[in-house]
Amino acid sequence: MINIIYFILVSIGILFSGYRLIKGPNHFDRVVSLDVINVMIIGVLVVIAIIAKNEMLIDVAIAYGILGFLETIVFAKFLEVRS
Amino acid sequence: MKKIISLSLVMFIIWVLMAGFNVQEVIVGAAVSIILSVILSNYVQMSFKWNIIIKLLMFILMYIPILIIELIKANLDVAKRVLNPNLPINPGIVKVPTKVKSDLGKLTLANSITLTPGTISIDADVENVYIHWIDVKGETAEEHQKHISSSFEGVLGRIFND
Amino acid sequence: MIIIGKILLVISGLFYALGGLGLLRMPDVYNRAQAGTKATTLGTFSALVGACFFFPAWTPKLLLILVFVAITNPVGSSTLLRSAYRNGVKPEKATVDALKEFYEKEV
Repeated sequence: MINIIYFILVSIGILFSGYRLIKGPNHFDRVVSLDVINVMIIGVLVVIAIIAKNEMLIDVAIAYGILGFLETIVFAKFLEVRS
Repeated sequence: MKKIISLSLVMFIIWVLMAGFNVQEVIVGAAVSIILSVILSNYVQMSFKWNIIIKLLMFILMYIPILIIELIKANLDVAKRVLNPNLPINPGIVKVPTKVKSDLGKLTLANSITLTPGTISIDADVENVYIHWIDVKGETAEEHQKHISSSFEGVLGRIFND
Repeated sequence: MIIIGKILLVISGLFYALGGLGLLRMPDVYNRAQAGTKATTLGTFSALVGACFFFPAWTPKLLLILVFVAITNPVGSSTLLRSAYRNGVKPEKATVDALKEFYEKEV
């Protein structure tokens, strides 16, 4: 029951962010919503680890967090240099 | 020598947190962190003093509770603004002077400004922090400082300015 | 104990939904980043603390993720907004703009 409520709420959040990712007026809106979705997926991975009772998914969440942070920084630097 | 020991200690603690307390894991982690810190010690600027333990305790006991309370207040504020159909915002970018001098202290100040109600830090120079504020109140820089960062300045100044 | 964990999980989902709604409704990139960053930071914190209530043996790793998210999430959004300002994205409806003088002086 709790799982269903949680995943409905998270999918509402990701749906709105995905709308902004597709529609966003300029590139910075898109990268901001990408950052938000990345942080959301860290929480979702932890919840999936609870449901599956599998500790290995926590390691996946750590690696995903590091990669998401690098992605944000690289996009910011790339967009700053390009113009 | 001091730099190598402190760097390998930091690496070893992070390794143990990630890998767990297994005998083999601890031996491998110690060996790898010592080798890596010998290689990397020329590129890292880290100074290790004994009062860092007292500073860490002060940081955890005095600073973290303020930050958590402010974070919860910030989220209730965001919820109130987003769910209101009129979207009551009055944004602007303001300049706030700060007395915290060290780099680590300034990073902590900027991060905690980002996590407090209605503000996000954009840029910083030697003695000012530039902040985007969702609901500007007051005219001068002193009033802005009183609204935004006065609750952190005292604690952070005491921790990071020796 | 598991009841507290479940309540924290629902709170986490609620803040994620609020962050998405803020991203949808706010008028320009600065306000969007504010709503998104704050809501997802608290949402991730409460999911991690809730997981600590479910499985206490996982606490060290979850603590590591919590510290990591607390450091990197504000830094990332701050860097993005700085690069947006340098590229000339103007804050909409802004009453004060102190950063403009700073960059004009720098150039």
